[in-house]
Amino acid sequence: MRKLNHFHGGIHPPSNKTQSTQVAIAHAPLPSKLIVPFHQHAGEIAKPVVQVGDHVLKGQLIGMPDGFVSSAVHAPTSGTITAIDLQLIAHPSGLPNLCATLIPDGKDEWVERKAVDYRDHSQPELQQLLRMNGVVGLGGAAFPSDVKLRIGKQKIKTLILNGAECEPYITCDDMLMRERANEIVQGAQMLRFMLDADEVLYGVEDNKPEAIAALQQAIKESNLNHDVVAIPTVYPGGSAKQLIRVLTGLEVPSGKLPTDIGVQCFNVATAYSVCRALAHGEPLLSRIITITGNVRRAQNFEALIGTPIDYLVALGEALSDTDGYIMGGPMMGIPLPSVHVPVVKATNCIIATSAKLFPQPQPSMPCIRCTRCVEACPADLQPQDLYWFAQSKEFGKAQKFSLFDCIECGACSYVCPSHIPLVQYYRFAKSEIRAREHDKQLADQARVRHEFREHRFEREKQEKADKLAAREAAAQAAKLASTQPLTPQQLAEQADLEARREHIREVAQSSVENTAVENTTERTGN
Amino acid sequence: MIFTPLISKPDSVSAIMLKVLLALLPGIAMYVWYFGPAILVSITLASITALSTEALMLKLRRRPIAPFLKDNSALLTAWLLALSIPPLAPWWLVVVGTAFAIAIAKQLYGGLGNNPFNPAMVGYAVLIISFPMQMTHWLAPQGLVLTELSFTQQLDYIFQGVLPHSVTLDALTMATPLDTLKTHLHLDESVQQILNMTIYGQIGGHGSEMAAWGFLFGGLYLLAARIISWHIPVAYLGTLFVIAGIFHLVDPTHYVAPLFHWFSGAAILGAFFILTDPVSSPTTNKGRLIFAAGAAFLTYMIRTFGGFPDGVAFATLLMNISVPLIVLYTQPKVFGKKDKS
Ligand code: SF4
Ligand code: SF4
Repeated sequence: MRKLNHFHGGIHPPSNKTQSTQVAIAHAPLPSKLIVPFHQHAGEIAKPVVQVGDHVLKGQLIGMPDGFVSSAVHAPTSGTITAIDLQLIAHPSGLPNLCATLIPDGKDEWVERKAVDYRDHSQPELQQLLRMNGVVGLGGAAFPSDVKLRIGKQKIKTLILNGAECEPYITCDDMLMRERANEIVQGAQMLRFMLDADEVLYGVEDNKPEAIAALQQAIKESNLNHDVVAIPTVYPGGSAKQLIRVLTGLEVPSGKLPTDIGVQCFNVATAYSVCRALAHGEPLLSRIITITGNVRRAQNFEALIGTPIDYLVALGEALSDTDGYIMGGPMMGIPLPSVHVPVVKATNCIIATSAKLFPQPQPSMPCIRCTRCVEACPADLQPQDLYWFAQSKEFGKAQKFSLFDCIECGACSYVCPSHIPLVQYYRFAKSEIRAREHDKQLADQARVRHEFREHRFEREKQEKADKLAAREAAAQAAKLASTQPLTPQQLAEQADLEARREHIREVAQSSVENTAVENTTERTGN
Repeated sequence: MIFTPLISKPDSVSAIMLKVLLALLPGIAMYVWYFGPAILVSITLASITALSTEALMLKLRRRPIAPFLKDNSALLTAWLLALSIPPLAPWWLVVVGTAFAIAIAKQLYGGLGNNPFNPAMVGYAVLIISFPMQMTHWLAPQGLVLTELSFTQQLDYIFQGVLPHSVTLDALTMATPLDTLKTHLHLDESVQQILNMTIYGQIGGHGSEMAAWGFLFGGLYLLAARIISWHIPVAYLGTLFVIAGIFHLVDPTHYVAPLFHWFSGAAILGAFFILTDPVSSPTTNKGRLIFAAGAAFLTYMIRTFGGFPDGVAFATLLMNISVPLIVLYTQPKVFGKKDKS
């Protein structure tokens, strides 16, 4: 038995997972329309490489990765591209995004697939393959997997496969582990090869005994020395940093990456797609999604990317009093802007909500400093202080008290007897701080530009004044040299010249003074 | 707009406060058993005053009234204050103290969650400074004095200040065990002699020690129900024990044993119910230890060398002042910032 560590805090909300684990994963039938966003991953949006009217095959590249952190997007089935335009997608920003609309032809006809033996390829080649197959993290953040494999000279000791699935209601990883453990294990072995990791650990919460058994069985059959570790069921045990802490005892330093301490983490479903991509040549075209909450048939579906969520919800038979949908779990999920948005690679769960299932929170009371939130916080923060700073807009203090180490897990809100929506305050404070930093950067740039321009003006003025002075001196000298008395016309010209010079000097002088004043006010204003 | 987390633990401020009120019941029951029902009158008076003052202040401050009256926090202040005042006291004493506690010490600082001082202890401090006479006449435990009042006679005194013919207040009341100890020590009697007096029981004062057991019982319930954490009671009683123990070991004739300190005055009540007030105590565990240890030290010093009968209230208020500083210097290490490397 491996000695487990633990992290501070955590909560035990009712898991509500059994509803959706009663039946096997079902394949969602082909919908009549797919909406495939070009930006389903963290990083740069993929560049469309098809045009409206094109006929595409299943698995054909339609979005080319563009930039270092980016990933490919493919046609989930064969059919015709009927539109490439902005559509509403499930994103916290609520902004529309570039999507391809695909009308399936029903044949589900594949492009040519090319399976590879990963052992014959170099690491950069494998990374490129994953990137071109659109493999991204399926745990929620959708970070391109190839980027997580580009570790440079860092030595990875432990590869962790995250099957904790700590959020209530969500069971897609659980069902995947139960039913497709073999491919997960193969994928894990490929990831291990690419990272050259010393050990492979699966972190699975102990409320999933079937999944643990299935993984163990698959490992035994393939004769690998991976280690499945049953970890205590506590939310947010599946958050990467907390999971790493439980399994290895190491704490990822604030602002650092797991690879800095020799650990890398992938979701079990990501390992599954790695296996499909390399061993079968299949890009990431579908994923498992839990449909649960206020539905008659809570179940996991394997659905194509781009499937409209209302289509899936209909398969789950949402009840009539459903008043909204959450993408993700009840702790950290995001409310869907509309039920017509498509499934994306990050869609792990759809929860239908109703007033009965998720009653309106009670009105919030003042914070009584009871520190239940402190006891629950897995990041060892003082949520009540962060809340105080956020609501009084003392952002500097919030930052000093490690606001940015908050993982927005919501454990504090869950336990707060005053029902304060704490996480909302943290999100607000974080976005305010980010916006201000952005503004400051812009202002800094503008100031530098302004100062540079001022400097140039002054230099030019100085040069002009110098030239004038030189000419004046020359004229003076000429006057002295000339014995001839000046004609009245010449005298008049000279007087005119003098007056103009005087005027220029005055103007130059006053503008120099003004700039000096501006500069000092700017400095004291800082 | 819905936002996550969508779910929350079924808990509320009013449920927490209610549990604290319930935890006070065993101690109150003991109190009634030994001193008669007068204390129930003070508790009722204090409760009514607290709720009406709270409502009035909320109205003046234009805050919603119903949710705050239902949070039970004003009741808790009322009960704690009533338990600190002599039960056979004129009605206005309770009313003035409670109204001050709620209006000034709580609402003027911003109401629930914003009071830097424990309101009940502010109320107590104001009363003992303004009305020292009334505040030190404690009802003697039943059976210890010759004259005893019936409940109706007690009510007559509380509300109208009339005592039955030929009965004086002094015949009914006595100084508290702590006070008596101090006075007699000044008369150069030894601790052993003094403790032989009838007002003393097994460990502390006769009767009041039983109330302390009741509060201890309720306090243990609060610990078990995780309403409070162990830090404050343990650090408070532990420090009090150690300091009293050292003095006692050095000079047992002049310094009473540590357990006496635990079971007299408001030590137990303070350890579990007063110092643990979340609003006016530190939010860090290390801070709680320092806060409670400091309060214990001050309690002992005030009791032993100061001019007031008990030290819990002033110790609490003095430590309340230092809470922000204590909290600032006892911040725990954040995840990922634990080692310097
Ligand atoms: S749990 Fe809520 S009421 Fe308690 S300290 Fe935290 S924020 Fe304040
Ligand atoms: S949301 Fe942030 S502050 Fe609240 S418990 Fe999670 S990490 Fe701590």
